Amino acid sequence: MSLIEIIISILVLLGGLLSLLGAIGIIRFPDVYGRLHAATKSATLGVILIMLATFLYFLIIEQQFVVKVLLTIVFVFLTAPVAGLMMSRSAYRIGVPLWEKSVQDDLKHKVSIEKNRKLNVTDKQ
Amino acid sequence: MAFQILLNVVLAFIWAFLQNSYTLVDFFIGYMVGLLILFVLRRFLTFDFYFRRVFAVIKLALLFARELVLANIDVIKIVLSPKMNIQPGIIAVPTQLKADWEVTLLGALISLTPGTLTMDFSDDNQILYIHSIDVPDKEAMIRQIHNTFEKAIMEVRQ
Repeated sequence: MSLIEIIISILVLLGGLLSLLGAIGIIRFPDVYGRLHAATKSATLGVILIMLATFLYFLIIEQQFVVKVLLTIVFVFLTAPVAGLMMSRSAYRIGVPLWEKSVQDDLKHKVSIEKNRKLNVTDKQ
Repeated sequence: MAFQILLNVVLAFIWAFLQNSYTLVDFFIGYMVGLLILFVLRRFLTFDFYFRRVFAVIKLALLFARELVLANIDVIKIVLSPKMNIQPGIIAVPTQLKADWEVTLLGALISLTPGTLTMDFSDDNQILYIHSIDVPDKEAMIRQIHNTFEKAIMEVRQ
């Protein structure tokens, strides 16, 4: 067992652990938005770590430079925030409530203005 | 900026022609020499030495890596604590960034950092609505975003 193998193992285990914590988060958080946090992003660092470990394994032990694996990280980076944005945004628009203990809601104002505008438009038609 | 990169590539080609050997290493050395030449001649270029922006991008990536690890530790603490002692909330964060790609990048970086999630943009793209998992202090959070990501993105722009 060489040093690099130990490092790769630690990376894989950490990545798996983070993904597991993301799954626990989905169960434990009280509202949609909290769950979205867990679902869309605690995976981010998990995926990065596992992909990094895969890359290192192929590079050092198999002597292959596999850029595809690194591209995976890039694509996760590009898509994860957009998915989170669209899901939380549409959830808010159809009126999924925040958790009772939430302390702030700055978005309420903007969405109510938009709704009024929409109502006015339909009245005129 | 694109012009400078092109100039640098042309210099690298000229270097390879002068060496009469066309390998990746020659090209790389030529690129480095061209970089040095551009750095020396930076006063005559119409705008800043472009490599400074590359450095700014690298700095932004390192900053993001640090924030990612720190925020992950915070969220793990919340997830594993027996009592969910959190105060979630949606916060309006004003931003000074102008171009669309800058605001998009800021939103994406905020989303990718655990504990914060970009939910919506205002119509003029000057306000980001962010759902945060724990906001004991609204001002502190806004200040933190301004000091880290927004500042780093501004450095890339200039």
